[in-house]
Amino acid sequence: MNYMDLISAAPEMTLLGLICVVLIADLFIDDEHRVYTFWLSMASLIVTAAVIYATAPVSRVVLFDGSYVSDGLSQVLKLGSVIFVGLAFFYARDYLRVNEIHKGEYYLLGLFGLLGMMIMTSANSLLTMYLGLETLALSLYALVAIDRNNVTAAESAMKYFVLGAIASGCLLYGISWVYGVTGSLQFHEIAAAITADPSLNNLPLWFGLTFLIVGIAFKFGGVPFHMWLPDVYQGARTPVTLYLASAPKLAALALALRILVDGLGGLHETWSSMIMVVAVLSLLVGNIVAIAQTNIKRMLGYSTIGHVGFILLGIFCGTGEGDAAALFYTLTYVVAAAGSFGVIIVLSRRGYEAENLTDFNGLNARSPWVALLMMFLMFSMAGVPPFVGFFGKLNVISAVLSAGYPGLAVLMVLASVVGAYYYLKVIWYMYFEEAEDKAILQASTDTRFVLSLNALAVLALGIVPGWLMALCIQVLG
Amino acid sequence: MLMTNLLSTLVWLPIIGGAALLAIGDNGDARASRTAFMRIVALAVTLLTFALSIILYAAFDNAATGMQFVERVAWIESLQVFYYLGVDGISAPLILLTTFITPLVVIAGWDSIKDRPAQYFAAFLILEGLMIGVFSALDGLLFYVFWEAMLIPMFLIIGVWGGERRVYATLKFFLYTFLGSVLMLVAFIYLYLQSGSFDLFGFMNVPLELSVQKYIFIAFLLAFAVKVPMWPVHTWLPDAHVEAPTGGSVILAAIMLKMGGYGFVRLSLPIVPDGSEYFSGLMIALSLIAVVYIGFVALMQTDMKKLIAYSSIAHMGFVTLGMFLLWHIAAETGAGLGMTGAMVQMISHGLISGAMFLCVGVLYDRVHSREIADYGGVANTMPVFAAFMVLFSMANAGLPGTSGFVGEFMVIIASFKANFWYAFLAASTLVLGAAYTLWMVKRVVYGEVANDQVAELQDLNSREFIVLAMLAISVLLVGLWPAPLVDMMNVSIELLIEQVGQTKL
Repeated sequence: MNYMDLISAAPEMTLLGLICVVLIADLFIDDEHRVYTFWLSMASLIVTAAVIYATAPVSRVVLFDGSYVSDGLSQVLKLGSVIFVGLAFFYARDYLRVNEIHKGEYYLLGLFGLLGMMIMTSANSLLTMYLGLETLALSLYALVAIDRNNVTAAESAMKYFVLGAIASGCLLYGISWVYGVTGSLQFHEIAAAITADPSLNNLPLWFGLTFLIVGIAFKFGGVPFHMWLPDVYQGARTPVTLYLASAPKLAALALALRILVDGLGGLHETWSSMIMVVAVLSLLVGNIVAIAQTNIKRMLGYSTIGHVGFILLGIFCGTGEGDAAALFYTLTYVVAAAGSFGVIIVLSRRGYEAENLTDFNGLNARSPWVALLMMFLMFSMAGVPPFVGFFGKLNVISAVLSAGYPGLAVLMVLASVVGAYYYLKVIWYMYFEEAEDKAILQASTDTRFVLSLNALAVLALGIVPGWLMALCIQVLG
Repeated sequence: MLMTNLLSTLVWLPIIGGAALLAIGDNGDARASRTAFMRIVALAVTLLTFALSIILYAAFDNAATGMQFVERVAWIESLQVFYYLGVDGISAPLILLTTFITPLVVIAGWDSIKDRPAQYFAAFLILEGLMIGVFSALDGLLFYVFWEAMLIPMFLIIGVWGGERRVYATLKFFLYTFLGSVLMLVAFIYLYLQSGSFDLFGFMNVPLELSVQKYIFIAFLLAFAVKVPMWPVHTWLPDAHVEAPTGGSVILAAIMLKMGGYGFVRLSLPIVPDGSEYFSGLMIALSLIAVVYIGFVALMQTDMKKLIAYSSIAHMGFVTLGMFLLWHIAAETGAGLGMTGAMVQMISHGLISGAMFLCVGVLYDRVHSREIADYGGVANTMPVFAAFMVLFSMANAGLPGTSGFVGEFMVIIASFKANFWYAFLAASTLVLGAAYTLWMVKRVVYGEVANDQVAELQDLNSREFIVLAMLAISVLLVGLWPAPLVDMMNVSIELLIEQVGQTKL
């Protein structure tokens, strides 16, 4: 093995090293100076991002006996994950300090989760994928429980852990079947085995595939494996929900694309129908149930389920165009999701969580700027142009139509009209109702600045979406 | 520089102006000087936009076929989307209407808007830019972006500054129109996959089977019928109009309804000519129902704004009637008459309905009631206002010499050439329109002074006078001398009819 090859795996190694540094440094930082841990973590993220950027491979590189891959997709997803994790840390800092749960663990677990995500995006074998997934999942379980005195947080952590363990079990069981049938764990070898011997494309492999899809659907929060998602979104402290709602979606996308497209692309006919059922159910259940919610975190949870329907329908097409559309959708959706949880954090203050829809009453009178930003985010999620959410939907609908499913395309647009209602409801509370709570927002200037950048990004990306679309097509074309 | 980017300037100047107003913001500072500053900026921007559109009018070549002032830059390369603007004789008059009405709306909101003026004027400026964008976009996706984005400021205008049931009305408005338009998006994407780009001319040239054309026509129909609005998808309009602030009602009636008619002309007819022919009978039937049935509904209204809203639906019935008569008239006897009538009717209805809503606004600002029963004998205390109101009502009823007459008369003549019964039903508007409008005028303007509030009314101030006088002049101008307007449209309409005549099967 050529040691120069290891350079392609440098981002993970760098991050792991930096995490160890932060871990040790955090021991010597007392609660009053906890913000140093934050800055150290941010510095680690910046260094990691620089390493990812610097080690971008010219072409696809496969390492460690075929268990690790570095290609355009992994680069884009890794950079995206680093940015979103950084964003989550930024929003979290003041909130954690004000609510006296400012512990180093939030950042450390966040960094470990990021490491898991990066391993997942670069996995080229089922085992690597599983290891990355567990690294991420264990960090997330602990993150949800970070405020251990909070009963709902503890309860949702428990629920998340138990259900997550079952899903991981399903995934592992599916992996064992696929390994048993094809004789390999590596995606390219699995694909080659299926091409070489078409008789493999039969019941035993389909059986394993079904369990893999259960695992994937669970990680995405696709119906009917979505039960954990609203409870965890609502129960976790808002910065944790923000973390959960952003970067891990990119990892889930990697999970789906690597396994279904790289590994089992030959079984497209079989898995596409299963994915379609999950996707259509997610679209309907997510958007319809969200209407009835009064808790905004729970509502955004159901809305996530609806968006997952769109992402899965992109993958469902089985075309490069569809995969690129799913990637574009995920990246841009996560920008809006991070921003909207960011607004909830900005509205919160000590001992008070702005988590009911009515807490947004009259926000336009209290802070026209934050209300405007939230409006941008909501219209983006609803898919109203010129915000970027519209272009995400456009790409997926276009992919579905060109794959020859006009009925699905109509269903998608109708579901987004249903979805528009609850996003409009937020705007209605912000703009058309009187404020009950006249308190001035306490967010610090830099948090407001980051929030502004985040929300204006959905407008800017909507006005110039071309480069990101081209990038998505380039890495998946 | 200006001439090559004239359309972009028209689109972006108001949007940037609106964004600037938002950036300055209200900041909870309710001082009069700040409010005054906001509205002066808003007025300056809209007047400048109007001045620029006059340049557009002056430089417009009536004899040229095809698009003028074309701008074309790649926007999203992977989807072959272009930032592609241009106008012809069909869209240019509508842009002029937009730039003419918006400053009047700003002036109309001068004193009556005290709550968050910066946001109010910003919403109207951004809306103006987006509406001009809809009328000048020649790329399907760009058109759709402007078309949908337009809903956002209107949603806020009705919801924030509207009447009592504003939340219900604005949600209904948004969801109704959003539902109508999303299927148009699916149709656009289908056409893109067939033709390889979102260029509207590419859409027009791509051959399509009749069954596909029917589906696409239905998708377009849902989008445009909701906007026009046609019976039976008109129910959002009375609610939206009644609850909207005066300015919102004016923009809604004068311009946003025209988008539906414009959509039929720009998209439905040339892109799916055979589908349009297939459904033309249905379209004529729906239009006639709108003219007759909605006319009767208008007769029964007790709320002035509702009455004018229903009268708008009835008048817009003439627009769709004129367009879809095309296949029912032999070409040599002047198939263009109905189409020209429809286009003139759009402009004229824009002026008249805007003026009518402004008249109601004038009364509402003073009495805070829209009920006909709360008024009576207004002519005694507001003679100047009464004169204007009577003039606009006559125009609304289609009196010769006003703009209302020209378009309706052309459409009725055209329908005579098609079928006597079409003409018979269409002509019933001359009776019905006169009945509901003049009966309202009789109850509101004439008679004894009804109550103390009416007795204390002040006549128009100079600001209101200017607004109504501008509209009165234009209504009479189009009515007495429609030639400049018709000349502007002629070449484009001939081209359109030629295009629609060629089958795409």
